[in-house]
Parts: sequence; structure tokens; C-alpha cells
Amino acid sequence: MILVMITSFFDLIFYILIFLSVFVQVFFLVTFIENRKKIVIRKGRITLETYPSVTIVVPCWNEESTVEKTVNSLLGLNYPKDKLEIFLIDDGSADNTLNVINKFKDYSNIKVFHKENGGKFTALNLGIQNTKTDFFGGLDADSFADPESLVRIMSYFEKDPNIMAVSPSVIISSSKNILKKAQKAEYNMGVYFKKMLGFLGAINVTPGPMTIFKKKVFDSLGGYNHGHNTEDMEIAYRMQKNHYKIEHCNDAFVYTNTPGTTKKLYKQRLRWIYGFINNTIDYRNVLFKKQYGNFALFTLPMGVISIFSVTYLFSRIVYSLADFIYSKIIQFGTVGFTFKVKSFIFDPFFINTQSFIFLIFCIYFLVIFAMILGRKMTEGKWGLSLDMFYFFPIFSIVAPFWLMKAVYNTILQRKPAWR
Amino acid sequence: MNNNIDWKKYLIVLLITVGLFVTAIYLSNYFGNKKINQLKTIQDKIAIDILSSETQFSLLSELSCKSISDSVFSSELGELGSKLEWSENNLGSVDEVTYLKKYYSLLQIKDYLLTKKISSRCGTKSAFILYFYTTASNCSLCGQQSLVLSTLRTEYPELRVYSFDYSTDLSAVTSMLQIYKIKDTELPALVIDDEVLTGFHSLEDLETRVQESFKLQEPTTQKVSIPKNK
Repeated sequence: MILVMITSFFDLIFYILIFLSVFVQVFFLVTFIENRKKIVIRKGRITLETYPSVTIVVPCWNEESTVEKTVNSLLGLNYPKDKLEIFLIDDGSADNTLNVINKFKDYSNIKVFHKENGGKFTALNLGIQNTKTDFFGGLDADSFADPESLVRIMSYFEKDPNIMAVSPSVIISSSKNILKKAQKAEYNMGVYFKKMLGFLGAINVTPGPMTIFKKKVFDSLGGYNHGHNTEDMEIAYRMQKNHYKIEHCNDAFVYTNTPGTTKKLYKQRLRWIYGFINNTIDYRNVLFKKQYGNFALFTLPMGVISIFSVTYLFSRIVYSLADFIYSKIIQFGTVGFTFKVKSFIFDPFFINTQSFIFLIFCIYFLVIFAMILGRKMTEGKWGLSLDMFYFFPIFSIVAPFWLMKAVYNTILQRKPAWR
Repeated sequence: MNNNIDWKKYLIVLLITVGLFVTAIYLSNYFGNKKINQLKTIQDKIAIDILSSETQFSLLSELSCKSISDSVFSSELGELGSKLEWSENNLGSVDEVTYLKKYYSLLQIKDYLLTKKISSRCGTKSAFILYFYTTASNCSLCGQQSLVLSTLRTEYPELRVYSFDYSTDLSAVTSMLQIYKIKDTELPALVIDDEVLTGFHSLEDLETRVQESFKLQEPTTQKVSIPKNK
């Protein structure tokens, strides 16, 4: 009897999580249908009426191998040179980074700074302190801006003076191995979700690669905080709390380097999820308050739901697997290995047709739809790709581990290392 | 500010989600019913098979053992058993499944009686095991015993295993339990050649018993297998 009650309790949780997951995916779909005509993908160069001055800060910490390419991508931006100021900030690198960036110090619009290591947010704050322009942005030293990215971002500010920050579409620069290909599909899908969150006014991350802010955001809200090693998330939370509008410019592309090994990916995601959980805890008084809009009612609960769902689903699968292995061991112990292969005739009778099967199919279908739209928005191509095929197995096996570890670390208040 | 919440949208999304849930439940019920109908069809077929064999048997009496032996062994009984077991685990304890399980027990008893009769008269080589189990969690050995029996069945196709859930609420099953004096504390219980064995029995143990059971039949087999056709 107790066992039955426990089973039905877990089944209830299972169905609630499925319900919420379906709700989230349908919400995105409805948002897409509602706003589909507003998604513009511009081809070629555009011009602005006025070109406001922008400062872009490149915080560097041991980035000797990529920083040169990053700076060159900024120099190659389709934006008037006299309106673009570039700060290269060495945050106490132990490698050759300082020498690499010093090569650029003779450029009229580049300034090189060197400081003691204090973390990325301190490097960004040093940049903010020295910024004299109305617009400020950062560019991680492992990312490269598309020549048209900045001008497209700035066109959003020109269009709507209420916008306080615009984030670009962060996509993957090269995808040589399967892990990177899987991430490519994920980032493309991320572009779609981000755009939808933009329509909802509910963006919760203003990513390190090339989000452009109005300088007055920092003047009135203060500089970057440590934000549990996710300073680009904390600032977005703070902006949302203060009703500052954040937009997503889907056709401004910034290419980023992604972890090429499972271990590095695990560390990166652990930091992200840990950041999400802890920033959400810090801003818990925002949650479900309707004055903070969809950010409080959709984005944050959605993140929490996904952490619960993935962890729960994973535990359920592990439990079933353990149960299966246990029954096989028992079988071996009782009757030994039976080498007689039963004639296997496929009988559709044994296909599981419980309702959750249809709902899980439904969720997968909507996620694949999101990936297809994301691919269309980034690569300009319709249809399925092999990258999507890699995404599902890799992420469903690895993601639960960083999710659970992030929850575990939060409980123990341990802070994950950067990399 | 983009902070005005579009409640209508939340409602629409909620309705769509509920709609998807209702559809999923509907589909699940639809396929569940289809499966139950399939089970019913199989049972009806077995019932007809048994009835037909019985009738044929009484009609021809001892006239033609040859013609009867092929048709009588309803191979679908095993298939039905595994499908019922699956349904019990996956469709939940639906009333229909419980009902079908009763019917299945009855068919097994009928098959047992008929096969036994045919076997003794026509000398077909067969051995019987009656197996009593329970799905209750206090019988951890029942699962293992079932494994042993299914292995045994694949090794000896002539062996007929009839399994009965102790909790089946059917007078015929209750009578069987009374005949063999089986108590729910002594499960799993087996009956081979009218001998009651309680508790778990290993594959080797049962294998020797089954072989013995086959051997016992051999003299009679020789005696009866002489065609008595007039």
C-alpha cells in the first residue's frame, strides 16, 4: 500500500513536470506564431542615420591564443573608426597575453590596460570607469564579432530609444568534433529562444560576447558584480528588476569558441547553471511578481522547471536502468545464461502507449521545431541537420550531471572554478 | 517598458497544453482499449479451440488420437499469458484486465483438464506443472520461480505450465487451491505429478522432476500409441 502511494506520488510529480515542460514549449511556439513577421534577417550592409560612439572592452585572462583574432574582428567591424573605442584589458594574465595585446597599442582607437587579476567583472568595471561614450559593450577574448554585428545592434537603439541593452546571436565559430557540433545545434536553438524571450521582454542573460549597453545603465545601476561567476547574468537580472528593456538582435552574429572536451564543457555549464540558481536565489523576491513581467513569470520559473525536469527524468531513467540490470543479475543467478534466442517477432501489442509517451514525443517535436527555426535564423537553412542528431544523446547524458552538481554545490555553497 | 503581461496568452497556452494532455490521454485510452480488445479476441479464439477440441474428443472418443493431438495444444495460451502480464504492469489494474485474467485462469484449467485427459488416453507425451504465485511484494521468490519456469518451458516444449495468481477471485481457482492445500504463506507453490512443492525450486531440481514425469509416461505411451482405429 505504501509502495503504491510512493509510486503514484512520483507519477504525479512526473506528470506535473511534463505538463510544465509542454507549457514552456507551447509558450515559445505561440510567441513565435505571434511575432513571426517581426523576425527580420538582414543581408548585407546597412547604414544608420547617426553613428553613436561605442566603447568595446575586451577583458583578457590567459587568452594569448585567441585575443589577436578577437581584436582583429573588432578592427574589421563595419562601423566608423572614430566612433569605436577599443579597450584591451589584461586581467593579470600569467601567459603571453599582455605582449600580444601590446602589439595593438599604437592604434589610435585602442587602449591597453593592465591590472592585477581580480576576475572578469573587475576588468569590465575598469573599462566602464574609463568609458566616455554613451554606449558600452564587452567582447570576450575567445569570441569574434561579425563585421556587420555592431551596426545591426546599433540599429535597434536607433529604432527604439527605450532599449537599454541589445544582445547579439552568439553562435559557434568552428565545430570540428561531435561535442562542438552538438553545441552548435544547441546555440542555434538558443538564438531562437533568445529572440522569443526578447519579444517577451524576459531576457535573463546579456552575454559576454558583444552585448551593447547604454552607458547610463551602469551609471544608475552600478558596475558589474561578481554574480557567482556569471556577471553577464547578474546584470541582466538587475536590469529586469529595474524595468530596463533588453532586446535581442538576431541577425548580429558573434562567433564564440566552445569547449572541445566534455570536461571543459561540464565546467562551463556547471558555472552557468550554478550562476542561474544562485542569481535566481539572490533575486528571489522578483519571482512570480507580476510587476516584473514575463521575466518573473516565465523565464525564471522556466529555468527552475528545466533543472527539476532534467534531474527528475534522469533519475527515473537511472532507476529503471538499475532495476533492469538488477533483474538481469537475478535472472543470471537463477537460470544462468540462456543462449537460446527466442524467435523475436515484433508485436505492436508491446509498444508502450501510456499517455506520457505521447507527451514526451510532443516535447521532442517542439524542441526539434525550435532547433529548425534556430538553424534557419543562423545558417539560413531549413530542415534537420546532423548536429541536432548529436545534440540529444550527448546533452541528455551529460547535462543531468552538471545540473545536479550545480544544485549540490549550491546546497553546500561551494563555488565552481572558472575553468 | 515591455512588462505588461499578456494574460490572455498565458490562458491560451494553458488551454493548448491541457488540450495536448487530453489528446495524449485519449490516445492512450484508445490504444489501451485496442489492446484489451486484442486480448479478448485471443481469449475467444482459445475458448473456441478448447471447446472444439473437447467436442471433437467426445465425438471421436478414442477413435482417432492422431487427428486430435495437433489441434488441441493451443499455443496461444502462452502468448496470452505474457500479454496479460504486460498489460497488468503497463495498463494498470484496469477492471478489464482483472476480468480477462480470471477468464485466462479458467481457460488454463480447462486446457489442463483436457490435455491431461487426451494425454492419458492417447498417450501424447506431456508433463504438467501447476504454478501458484502472487504479485504481492512479500513474494520475492515468485519472480525468480517464474524465470525458472519460462526457461524450462523453452527447453521442454511439451511441458505445459499453468500459472495461477493466488489472489484471483474465481471459484475454480479457489477449488484448485483447496485441492492442493496451498496457503499464501508458502508461495511460490508448484504441483508436478500431483505432488505439491512449496518454496523456490531451482532449474536443476525441476528439470529432473520433469524428466521423471516424462519417463513415467513412457510405458503408457507405448501401450496407448498403438493405433486403435477400427
